[in-house]
Amino acid sequence: MTAKRKKKTLTAKGTYYKQFNEKIRALVKEGVTDFVIKECNGQRYIATALEGNLRFDVHGVPGQDLAAFMRGPYVRIHNNAQDGVGNTMDEGRIVIEGLAGDVIGYAMRGGEIFIQGDVGYRVGIHMKAYLDHQPKIVIGGKAGDFLGEYMAGGIILLLGMFSGKPDAPVAGRSLGTGMHGGVIYVRGEVPEGQLGPGLHAQPCDSEDLKVIEELAKDYANELKLDSKEIMSENFVKIRPFSHRPYANLYVPC
Amino acid sequence: MKAPERYYDFQKDISGCGIFGVIHKKRGLIPGEMPISAMACMHDRGNGLGGGFAAYGIYPDHADQYCFHMMCDDDSAIENSEKMLRAYFDLHFFEPIPTRRTPAIPNPPMFNRYFVTVPEKPVNEFAELAEEDYIVAVVMKINTTIPGAFVVSSGKNMGAFKGVGFPEDIADFFRLEEYKAYIWTGHNRFPTNTPGWWGGAHPFTILNWSIVHNGEISSYGINRRYLCEHDYLCTMMTDTEVVAYELDMLIRKHGLSWEMAAKCFAPPFWDEIEKMNPENKELYTTLRATYGPGMLNGPFAILVADNTRLMGLNDRIKLRPLLVAEKDDMIFMSSEESAVREVCPELDRVWMPKAGEPVIVDLED
Repeated sequence: MTAKRKKKTLTAKGTYYKQFNEKIRALVKEGVTDFVIKECNGQRYIATALEGNLRFDVHGVPGQDLAAFMRGPYVRIHNNAQDGVGNTMDEGRIVIEGLAGDVIGYAMRGGEIFIQGDVGYRVGIHMKAYLDHQPKIVIGGKAGDFLGEYMAGGIILLLGMFSGKPDAPVAGRSLGTGMHGGVIYVRGEVPEGQLGPGLHAQPCDSEDLKVIEELAKDYANELKLDSKEIMSENFVKIRPFSHRPYANLYVPC
Repeated sequence: MKAPERYYDFQKDISGCGIFGVIHKKRGLIPGEMPISAMACMHDRGNGLGGGFAAYGIYPDHADQYCFHMMCDDDSAIENSEKMLRAYFDLHFFEPIPTRRTPAIPNPPMFNRYFVTVPEKPVNEFAELAEEDYIVAVVMKINTTIPGAFVVSSGKNMGAFKGVGFPEDIADFFRLEEYKAYIWTGHNRFPTNTPGWWGGAHPFTILNWSIVHNGEISSYGINRRYLCEHDYLCTMMTDTEVVAYELDMLIRKHGLSWEMAAKCFAPPFWDEIEKMNPENKELYTTLRATYGPGMLNGPFAILVADNTRLMGLNDRIKLRPLLVAEKDDMIFMSSEESAVREVCPELDRVWMPKAGEPVIVDLED
């Protein structure tokens, strides 16, 4: 596919998010495909609900719900990101060169989110998958509590390598609480006490390692990191004990 | 019943409150523009039903006197509160708090400030009280007995400015760009289950304490009753008020450290206490047993200040955002990083504190 690209540079400084996003959407309609957004600071909903083969290079710290409901575009944040990145996104890729806040990838249904640094609480909460729609989150740093809470599908890969918190455990408490599908891979070890109820950490088999390696390559490529270095350590996987751990919670079957 | 057609397709405000604080560790004076611009950057976290600021170091010429910021609905409230202040205190100086008319703030109440000290030998029902308890008692008396009069703040060399409006409009109304302070906190309100009235805006204060809060304190009922037993009377009709009085009770009266007070607000989970060494286990078990009714249940990110400190604290499962950033001698605490970058684009360090762990920053002197 070599569809013609049309580039546009916008400066966000001082523009209210509503007008700014209206401008972006109008430009998309006019056929602009590649956006460079300069001096972004706190504008919400950048690239939210946009579809198709678009690219956004965001400089500055964008506001809440970046790329929510997004289906297809590629978004690169050259700084830190705030809360709610990729909320319910369907498809596309988000690369964050810094750290990110809480509830990243909330109810995500497809696509990838790659974060270089630490993330906040409840990342990947309610992630789900269907057939070939497999959402993936890779976190280079450490995660706060409730990573992958209520997770129903998809993959979270937690590396703990590029963290500003040397003393913190790789993930906070209640890791994967309520999880009933999908998988969380963690580089190195996870203290058993960090896991939510009904979960256990197991060694990865060769199938798992293949998945991790592919994801790590992609991730390293995007963030100019060394995938061999990432793969130089053991990984554990966290999954629920059984296929439907909560099936009998309310109505025994 | 069938859902209305296109029930999902309507405009609504999606929001939470916003908080911002900054402390200059060497008492460098920070102009009001900084907290105002930071709060304006988080405009959409509120809905215009409350904005406010606390500032420390703004009354150096009266630094030894308690400054009562009074909010009054009408002339009789002014007259009666002034009468009471004169009856209970030595009044050194008073004036209207400078405000400007702005279209964004219709029908504001009236604001005055009084610089007072406690008389050497007061002759009244509070005569036996220690000085700071005396101040608290008069604050409670004004708030509960004078219709239409409320004490907005009562500390030394500090003041709170708050009301119904977006924070940048409240700042405009109070001419906050004319003030300089070494600690500022700011708040943008999105009231959820209590009225959006002038007294209900943040910060809440007592003596030198001030607090701004994003979240809601579900334990308000039990906290309020607990405080009532200790002569703190809640009159502002909203949850956050309890935190100001609990700070005063736990830290000033009971002598707890700020860290321990934070652990009363957001105690470790029982399963965490179970894993502690015997000494800590006993400490945290005792703390929970003693201060159970003081525990804050529900989501919160709070910023607490007095004349020498700024503290940020989250509820123990971090249901509200909080970020800390450093630049040279300044430490920022904010709901959003963009608010900090708005006023200080280059930062030395940015991080999000762990749930339930207080971040405490002291002045260096």
